Amino acid sequence: MSDLDQMYQQVIMDHAREAHGRGLQDAAGLPQGESHQVNTTCGDEVTMRVALDGTLVASVSWEGQGCSISQASTSVLHDLMVGVNVEDSDKIAEAFRALMGAQGKGIDDAHADLLGDANAFGGVGKYPARIKCALLGWMAWKDALAQAREEER
Amino acid sequence: MTLDVRHDFPLLERTARAGKPLVYLDSAATSQKPRAVLEAEQAFYARHNAAVSRGAHVLAEEATAAFEEARATFARFIGASSAREVVWTQNATAALNLVAGGMASASAGVGGPADPRFVLGPGDRIVVTETEHHANLIPWQQLAQRTGAEFAWIPVDDLGRMDTHALDEVINAQTKVVAFTHVSNVTGIVTDVAPLVQRARAVGALTVVDGCQSVPHLPVNVQELGVDFLASSGHKMLGPTGIGALWGRAELLDALPPSVFGGSTITKVTMEKTEWLPAPQRFEAGSQPVAQVVALAAAVEYLQNLGMEAVAAHEADLALQMRSGLAEMDKVRLIGPVGNSEGSDVVAIAAFAVEGVHSHDVGQVLDDDGICVRVGHHCNQPLHAKFGLPGSTRASAHVYTTHEDVEAFLNSVERARDFFHARSAV
Ligand SMILES: Cc1ncc(COP(=O)(O)O)c(C=O)c1O
Repeated sequence: MSDLDQMYQQVIMDHAREAHGRGLQDAAGLPQGESHQVNTTCGDEVTMRVALDGTLVASVSWEGQGCSISQASTSVLHDLMVGVNVEDSDKIAEAFRALMGAQGKGIDDAHADLLGDANAFGGVGKYPARIKCALLGWMAWKDALAQAREEER
Repeated sequence: MTLDVRHDFPLLERTARAGKPLVYLDSAATSQKPRAVLEAEQAFYARHNAAVSRGAHVLAEEATAAFEEARATFARFIGASSAREVVWTQNATAALNLVAGGMASASAGVGGPADPRFVLGPGDRIVVTETEHHANLIPWQQLAQRTGAEFAWIPVDDLGRMDTHALDEVINAQTKVVAFTHVSNVTGIVTDVAPLVQRARAVGALTVVDGCQSVPHLPVNVQELGVDFLASSGHKMLGPTGIGALWGRAELLDALPPSVFGGSTITKVTMEKTEWLPAPQRFEAGSQPVAQVVALAAAVEYLQNLGMEAVAAHEADLALQMRSGLAEMDKVRLIGPVGNSEGSDVVAIAAFAVEGVHSHDVGQVLDDDGICVRVGHHCNQPLHAKFGLPGSTRASAHVYTTHEDVEAFLNSVERARDFFHARSAV
C-alpha cells in the first residue's frame, strides 16, 4: 500500500463522510464536561461534550469542521468511547496516543486490540504535521472528560 | 519572458519524499536562497563579525560599514530618498508593530515629545482592509482597543478586490491612519495604491503599507507610491530569516516615538529620563542581526542583477499559467480573479479550494507528489471567512519557479481531487 493509501484508508474516508456523534447533545442531569479545541496551524476546530453515568461514559457528542483525518478520528473516538468504563477509556486514549507516536511502525497487540477501527490511523503517525489533526478530537476528549469527572465529585 | 536561475539555488537540487523531484511552490511563506546570499552570510561570519555601532576596533569598523552599506543598498532598491529612512527589524511583523507601537507610545505620552499625527484617542479612526494578513490587522485592531479609537475597514468583493467606492465613506475626516497590503497573500491581487493614498492625504491620514508580497516580486518605489510607511520581509525576498525592514519618511520616523527600548537608541540617559537619537537608531535597540542584514543586501543585489521588471514579467507568466489552470479545472475553485481580464493585476500566488476536500487533505496528496504548498488560512482568517471557506491550498512562485513546476502542480491538484472524490463520492 502506498503511503497515501495507508493514510486515507476506506474506513477513515467513511467516518469522515458520515461522522458519528456529530451534533452536541445535552445529557440533562448527568455530570458532563465540554471542551473547544483549535488546531492553530489550520484553524480546524472541535467542540466536544462528554457525559458520565456512574463509572460509564454515557455520551460523547461533538461539533466541528476540519480535514478528513480530524473528522474521522473524532468519529472513531465517539464509537470507541460511548458505553465504556471510564478507566478503560483512559487505556484507549493512551493506546491512540501510542499509535500516533509510533511513526507508522505499528504498536503492540495489547494496545492495538483496544483501538478497533482506530488502528487505521497508524499511517498518520509518519507525518508530524498531521498528528495534530488526528489528535484534535482526542484533546477535546481529554479536557471534557476531566471536567465531567470534576463535576461528578 | 522566462528566467533561468534554478541552478543558483542549492536547496532546489534536493529531492522530496521518496526521492521524488522537489517542486517548491511555497515562496509566499518563505523563499529559497541563492548561493550568493548563503556565501555573503558565511563570509561575514568568517571575516568581519563584530557588534555594530559600538566599539572602535577594526572588526567593529568593518562590520558597521557593511551594516550601513546594506542599509543604503536596500534604500536604493525601494526608491527611498535616503538610507536613514530604512529601519532594520526582526521581520515585517515587527516593522508593522513598530509603527502601531510608536503610535501607542505617542498616545500614552511616552517615548519623547508626542507628535499630534501619531496621537490617537476616542473620536479618531484607524482604517485597514478586509484582505489583510494578521500581521497588518491585529496591531491596528489592538491599537484601537488600547487608545479608544474607532476601527474600520475597507470591504472586498467576492473576488477579493477592494471596494474603491467605499473609500470616501470608510476613510472619513476622523481617520488618522490607513494600513493596507500592497499585494494580498491569498488572492495575489496588487492593490491600486493611488486612490487610497489620494483619499488618505485628503483627510490628513498616514498610510502604512504591507509590502511583504510586493517588494520581492515587483518593482517598488516608495516615493512613486506616495505612501508614508512600508514594511517588508527579508526571508520572502531571497534573504535570510530574522530580518525585515521598515521604510518611513525621514521626517515621520524622526517624530515617531519608539516602543521598544534599550541600548544604542539614545543620546542621553539619566535615572529620571531618556532622550532619543533620530531614526533609524532610535528604533534599533540592542545588538543587531548584522549577518542577516549583510546577506539581505546580497539578496537585493541578486534581484537587481536579474532586474525587477524581468522578475515581474517571469512571474506574470507563471501567475497566468497557475491561475487559469485552476480556474478551468472542474470542481476546483480559484480564489480571486484569474488575472488582468477582471481588471486586477495579480502576482504568482494562487489559492484554491477543491470541492468537498479540506486543504490539509489536498496538501497531503501534493506533498506525496513532491510539491510543497501552503495549506490552511495563511494568517488571513477574515478573508477566508468572507469567502465562506475555513482555509485553502496556496501555491506561490518566485524567480526560480518554472513552467514545469506549475504543470506538475496542476496535475497533482487533479490527482488530489480525483483521489478524494473517488473515495467519498462527493
Ligand atoms: C502579506 C504579509 N504580511 C505580513 C507577513 C509576515 O511577514 P514576516 O514573516 O516577515 O513577519 C506575511 C508573511 O507571512 C505576509 O504574506
